[in-house]
Amino acid sequence: MTTFLAAVAVTALIALVLGVVIGVAARIFRVKSDARVELVIELLPGANCGGCGFAGCADFAKALVEGKTTPSRCAVSSQGTVAAIASALGVSAGDGFRQTAVVLCGGDRNQIHNNALYNGVADCVSAALIGGGFKGCEYGCLGMGSCARACPFGAIEIVNNLAIVHAELCVGCGKCVATCPRKLIRLVPAGSKVHVYCSSPRKGAEKRKVCDAGCIGCRKCQKLAPEVFEVAGTLAHVKYDHDHPADPALVEQVGCPTDALLTAEQHLKIEHETPEGRQKK
Amino acid sequence: MSENNYLELTVGAVLVYNFVLSRFLGICPFIGVSKKIKTALGMAGALVFVMTLSSFITAVIYHYVLRAQTMFGVAVNLGFLQILLFIVVIASLVQIVEVMLQKLSPGLYRALGIYLPLITTNCAVLGVASLNAKAARGIWPSTVFGFFSGLGVALALILFSSIRERLELSAIPRPFQGLSIALVTAGILAMAFVGFSGLC
Repeated sequence: MTTFLAAVAVTALIALVLGVVIGVAARIFRVKSDARVELVIELLPGANCGGCGFAGCADFAKALVEGKTTPSRCAVSSQGTVAAIASALGVSAGDGFRQTAVVLCGGDRNQIHNNALYNGVADCVSAALIGGGFKGCEYGCLGMGSCARACPFGAIEIVNNLAIVHAELCVGCGKCVATCPRKLIRLVPAGSKVHVYCSSPRKGAEKRKVCDAGCIGCRKCQKLAPEVFEVAGTLAHVKYDHDHPADPALVEQVGCPTDALLTAEQHLKIEHETPEGRQKK
Repeated sequence: MSENNYLELTVGAVLVYNFVLSRFLGICPFIGVSKKIKTALGMAGALVFVMTLSSFITAVIYHYVLRAQTMFGVAVNLGFLQILLFIVVIASLVQIVEVMLQKLSPGLYRALGIYLPLITTNCAVLGVASLNAKAARGIWPSTVFGFFSGLGVALALILFSSIRERLELSAIPRPFQGLSIALVTAGILAMAFVGFSGLC
């Protein structure tokens, strides 16, 4: 009985002392935190992608409360979330528009000829360091997946040595843009569906030698729709416009001879086609 | 184990009886946060800190409460309270330290922050306290042993996370990708540490 009583007494005493010490410590060492920061952290998506330029959602929330930035800087939040944060803090949402990443290369294993066999570290940065990379085109996607590993949302898939972006998963945080050693990834307005999947400024004939899907600068697209396409040298680009995205039907109308001009959906489907299937009828 | 055998308390704790690789304690953080060196370093720091601190405080409890012959003037033997008291004391101690760190050293708090509460009742932390009690070590040798055991866990974590960062970039056959290659690696790493046995 004495052991029982002593055990209860000792345990109770130690628990009491610890409880009091924790209580006192919490009182003495209390850190004054702004309740609004907690509120904003609750509202934010919590993806911690860093797309806003701050170190994670908590840091972004702090900057928001201090008025250093605007809620629309968060690429992951939907319009509704941005509005909710703006109204909770009583600030304006700020101007900003949703973006999406696009890999401007259409040369997968079937289109670009490799000029070397690469067996090194499976990473684009390492592969690009050795002799300018193993792909015949020095502006082509290496397909080792550095961007796919960097993507916090799993929006990039590597198929047949080509990175493709699943637009429905991409939030436009821009993490992949920084990783690509060849700078093939661009952030474009989220609504744009038409892209020229080539980034090589080389001459058309040189591109044709190594790749079946490169833009040869024939100006067919520019002639048909000069307000949408612009050819600089031997490389066409889309003039991205947030308010007036290019009509996907243009791709069919232009009929790009090398299929460098594709819609985002067609780029996703490249891997399903054989080299013959992609040749012009 | 003699109480003053400091070789065993230091080198032994780090290499020969490594907590993770020889005693198989603290496997959860070893697998869980070893994907990146940065997180592994945070966890390693928190583990060294908590294991040292808890070794000290549990040794005090062991010597003045659990081993006490008399208490409140009656003869008692409270050895059976060991696990209960150790867990309660370690958990509240870490809680207090966390509160203090938040105020006194926000930088350290951010570095250790999320790892501290995670490991309050980790088996490596409780394990070092129990081993100290089992060997009936004094307060100072216990603290030394706690510190070096923490270093041992830290060493294992950092080695393992470095290997895993390399593995991330190598061509691994599909069935082995992910956790399975990590577990195979952990086994080989543990085998390497067996080579230290007999050192002390």
